[in-house]
Amino acid sequence: MIVLNGERREHGAGEAVAALVQSLGLGAQPRGVAVAVDGEVVPRAAWQTYAIPDGARVEVLTAMQGG
Amino acid sequence: MASTRTGSEPLRIAGRELSSRLLLGTGGFPSLELLAEAIRASGSELVTVALRRVDPNAQGSLIDTIDREGVEVLPNTAGCFTARDAVITAKLAREAFETNWVKLEVIGDEDTLLPDAPELLKAAEQLVDEGFVVLPYTTDDPVLARRLVDVGCAAVMPLGAPIGSGMGIRNPYNIALIRESVEAPVVLDAGIGTASDVALAMELGCDAVMVASAISRAQDPVAMAAAMRAAVEAGRLAHGAGRIPRKTYATPSTPVAGTPDFS
Repeated sequence: MIVLNGERREHGAGEAVAALVQSLGLGAQPRGVAVAVDGEVVPRAAWQTYAIPDGARVEVLTAMQGG
Repeated sequence: MASTRTGSEPLRIAGRELSSRLLLGTGGFPSLELLAEAIRASGSELVTVALRRVDPNAQGSLIDTIDREGVEVLPNTAGCFTARDAVITAKLAREAFETNWVKLEVIGDEDTLLPDAPELLKAAEQLVDEGFVVLPYTTDDPVLARRLVDVGCAAVMPLGAPIGSGMGIRNPYNIALIRESVEAPVVLDAGIGTASDVALAMELGCDAVMVASAISRAQDPVAMAAAMRAAVEAGRLAHGAGRIPRKTYATPSTPVAGTPDFS
């Protein structure tokens, strides 16, 4: 289980950030998307290899209209 | 003098040249189509975006719209109340948009949305150290503006009035003092209500103006974008031209000599 954008979600052991991003329908390397795990930025270059630990708080963010 | 007369010299921030001195906020537009039209009408080359949780039901892509218009993205840290949150948000924005530019906002409370000065300065210092080009949204305090430039901010963005208030420039004397007291570009941000506010900011010597709500929430955002563009140019030209001093009594604009006597 992980907490994705504030909501609990089932999570496969060893699932990488890249797989999670793709499961959200955002494509493989979507421009304008950034990921933080437990308050730390996961650089785009590490998405394929970074395995999300069980219980992690994951934030997947993108561009929103704003001043 | 030619460029002063035409007002056409580019704005330079951290080595980047911008021919438009109007920065556009993307918040508040009712649709991405209207945003695209407003970008074109404004002539802006730099538009702000925020970073929020992915919305699976979002209609259209903001970033695709901005890319299509061929303008640069300036990510902001809107919604951050601490230096820590603002620094993380800036780093995430750098990953998302492949830019090290950030419009730094660290807010003190939800009612006024005024900057939290100590947290703002702390975040600015950290981000400059991390290699960011930092444009802080700040109060109209000339001393704080100077402190922000001293820690390495590439420009300062003092407010005219609280965000979204449309109250114009509440303390024009402070804005002029900020322009005098720092070398870095001064971009008036927040409080703009209509075109005359933008013209005043430029007449006070500001290098650029950032407008969001006054365009996006106008009854006709595209027409207002065009008005703001014209106001930036008019104010810039007027500043360069040098206004006449204010006086209590009249001075005739027609010569007194040669006035006929009909008595």
